[in-house]
Amino acid sequence: MVHGTPRNRSGIAAAGRLILRRLGSALLTLLLVSLVVFTISALLPGDAAEETLGQSATPEAVAALRHQMGLDQPAHLRYVRWLGGMIKGDPGQSLVANMPVGQVIAGRLPNSLTLAGLTAAVAIPLALAIGILSALYRDTGLDRALNLMTLGMVAVPEFLVATIAVLVFSVTLRWLPSITVVREGIGWAEMLRGYAMPVMTLACVTVAQMARMTRAAVIDQLSRPYVEMALLKGLSPSRVVLVHVLPNAVAPIVNAMALSLSYLLGGAVIVETIFNYPGIASLMVNAVTSRDMPLLQACAMIFCTAYLLLMLAADVCAILANPRLRGQ
Amino acid sequence: MGAAQDHVQVSGLRITAPAAGGQETPIVSDVDFTIPRGQVLALIGESGSGKTSIAQALMGYARGGCRIAGGGVRVGDTEILTLDASQLRTVRGSRIAYVAQSAASAFNLSRTIMDQVVETAVGRGLISRPAAEAKAVSLFRALALPQPEAIGGRYVHQLSGGQLQRLMAAMALMTDPELVILDEPTTALDVTTQIDVLRAFKRVVRQQGATALYVSHDLAVVAQVADRIVVLQRGRIREAGDATQVLERPADIYTRTLMAAARPPAQASPQRPAPQQAPPLLEVRGLTAGYGRVEAGVPKIPVLRDVTLSIAKGTTLGVIGESGSGKSTLARVIAGLVAPAGGQVLFQGQPLAPTLSGRTREQFQRIQLVFQNADTALNPAHTVSRILGRPLAFYHGMDGRARNRRVAELLDLTQLPAGLADRHCGELSGGQKQRVNLARALAADPHLILCDEVTSALDTVVGTAILDLLAELRRELDLSYLFISHDISTVRAICDDIAVLYAGQKVEMGPRNGFGDAPVHPYTDLLIGSVPEMRRGWLEEKEMAATLPPLATAQSANLCCFLPRCAARVEGLCDRLPPPRIVLGGGNELLCHHDGQALQHLQRGRQSAISP
Repeated sequence: MVHGTPRNRSGIAAAGRLILRRLGSALLTLLLVSLVVFTISALLPGDAAEETLGQSATPEAVAALRHQMGLDQPAHLRYVRWLGGMIKGDPGQSLVANMPVGQVIAGRLPNSLTLAGLTAAVAIPLALAIGILSALYRDTGLDRALNLMTLGMVAVPEFLVATIAVLVFSVTLRWLPSITVVREGIGWAEMLRGYAMPVMTLACVTVAQMARMTRAAVIDQLSRPYVEMALLKGLSPSRVVLVHVLPNAVAPIVNAMALSLSYLLGGAVIVETIFNYPGIASLMVNAVTSRDMPLLQACAMIFCTAYLLLMLAADVCAILANPRLRGQ
Repeated sequence: MGAAQDHVQVSGLRITAPAAGGQETPIVSDVDFTIPRGQVLALIGESGSGKTSIAQALMGYARGGCRIAGGGVRVGDTEILTLDASQLRTVRGSRIAYVAQSAASAFNLSRTIMDQVVETAVGRGLISRPAAEAKAVSLFRALALPQPEAIGGRYVHQLSGGQLQRLMAAMALMTDPELVILDEPTTALDVTTQIDVLRAFKRVVRQQGATALYVSHDLAVVAQVADRIVVLQRGRIREAGDATQVLERPADIYTRTLMAAARPPAQASPQRPAPQQAPPLLEVRGLTAGYGRVEAGVPKIPVLRDVTLSIAKGTTLGVIGESGSGKSTLARVIAGLVAPAGGQVLFQGQPLAPTLSGRTREQFQRIQLVFQNADTALNPAHTVSRILGRPLAFYHGMDGRARNRRVAELLDLTQLPAGLADRHCGELSGGQKQRVNLARALAADPHLILCDEVTSALDTVVGTAILDLLAELRRELDLSYLFISHDISTVRAICDDIAVLYAGQKVEMGPRNGFGDAPVHPYTDLLIGSVPEMRRGWLEEKEMAATLPPLATAQSANLCCFLPRCAARVEGLCDRLPPPRIVLGGGNELLCHHDGQALQHLQRGRQSAISP
């Protein structure tokens, strides 16, 4: 087909500028977040020196340890040094584990990413299917049943879902292991069995929001004149939804997905605890209880970065799906 | 002609809509008509007459919730209403094709036009993609679309309304359908565009030998295309017959009402107040406005350029122009919703602040804006008395009994029943909503009302009643109006003075009598000449607009804005020098290089039929 080539090139440039601007604002947000994270963690009562020495420590001993850990320096100096370290990829030394924070996180982050990735792989298609089906059959029995199911899933707290799942699948039926073991050289079948319950629990929490947003976005589009036109052109309902409606409904759907998925890294703490899964969310909770500020700050920054990356991805998807924004 | 030879036969068609309490109310009852092969039948009616429902029933389709409850539709040898869903799909888009009312919203925004044009034909495996594209391009060419090879690669937002409407016709004709259904295909277009689109439709449908059903509310448009006419009211046929007979000797009283409403008679203008020494009520001087950042007095997207006009107390100024000419922006600048980039707006001799925050409550009160679409301007969740009570409390501090009494007075003034006060706006009809919209403006006790296309969304009969009401209110309350419209016959019916906007410039302004006959500005001439007349054969008589050679020099900001479309332009003059402002004998002031005599000569004989 004949496109005006110069127009296309300038269009791509325009979309590129738009995306670059989004990226810039994400970086600025990250900088502000780092300031907030640092300030708030400094406001927490007690510090690592007190925590390490325990309640019976003399003030002199605490002060000496503080000096050794560099905790007695002014806050802005500590912030600049910390931020510089973060940028270089060295978030400092874990005060409690006595090893670099990078190493501590490196042991946990891949686990969390695996869990989040598997959950997304299950939850996204499921949510799309539920959302589209209930939009197509809106106000029928199927719609109401799906609605009830998704609302029920999100209303039940995840610890209850997880506990009941353990009770049913591990204790009564003895199909699945009750804890998820992560080690090298594990087989695919074993891995799937181990991940089944945590993934299911997390999917329960995230599917509802995505499905309901998909339903709303699709219904909004279904009332548009172009859908009637497509039906009167003799297209099948499935083609109308997949080829005509979805490209126009992408923006709200991917935004809802980014929001839901961002929960999978930081919000998975209950699931990680119940299934004894070594992820990054439980690591952060441990860092809070042990006043391990460098670890805490690094975890918080990772969550924020993941969140911003997901939002950026959603924005880019929305820009690419809209011919007007991509400057065609 | 025997029924066996008729290509399309509709008999006893009934369509119902769901109503409260699980009941169904009929929206179409006992409709019978036939269309001989190759002929065009027009369905005429106001909104709610069921014309679109009938048209879509010919494809076995009923809109959300509605149901085809009985009767039969035969197209060729196929009984449409007995087909199941998959059989219907094979009929739609191949044997029967549909052209929707607003192509701008009936095309998918996120896919190229070509993808959508060839979709059905290629998806059914009737034709290969390259062959389909070649066929589409030849249809684009037949429909006189610009750049037929490249236009298919565009998206909706890159095309104009007239182009989209023709592209949609091309999409319908891709599979050589035996029946084409056109649902108000030119209603959303400017008159100057409508004439080209009508011509293209008529030629191509005839070439293909298709039978057509043409749905419209506009008798004058139908007169140009239809062989037979069916007049509908509230889902029933009022009159059916040969087009010439229905247009020239309408048998039914309702048909006559429709015809009368299509061309509103000119309202007698009240005695024009003697020219006073006092400043005019509203004066706009050298107004430049637009959107985006302002650099050197010119906004990034300029909409209005150097517009000067004035409204004397008690008079009505009509502003006319096609979509995009800046009419609405003018009202928004006067109302203070858009800050001008240059120039001044004076009200009763006092300069108005550019935005609302700089204006006094008194100034708010005296200038009221009535929006085109009462559906979106009024909150459907509020009752009428709440909507009217708000300005009464805000401007006059009224509450309790005084407010209720004034609400009742306002309803009476706008000829609405007093019982409406406690109803929600969502329950009212379109005409009633527009009256409430007007009453809301009157509640402030204004001197000037800015009417932005207030009758455009209404049926002609209802719209005419609103125009009558406006004229009456003006007599009773000594109001002034700025009346914005794209419809020159409406403007001529109720306005004392008329200003013509083109591309943000005021190309002509004068008393309405100056618009009755030549000479006028070449654009005004085009505008007047494009309004279809209610008789057959007008379209054929209308000479084709000569395709103008492209301009040799690039258009610069100071030259005449109508230059690219002007049939009367003079090479070496119009494309070199900015047009002077000239004043004609009739009092019209216009921007043109020609003088009155030259224009008179160019336009002689063209306008005799439309003089009031």
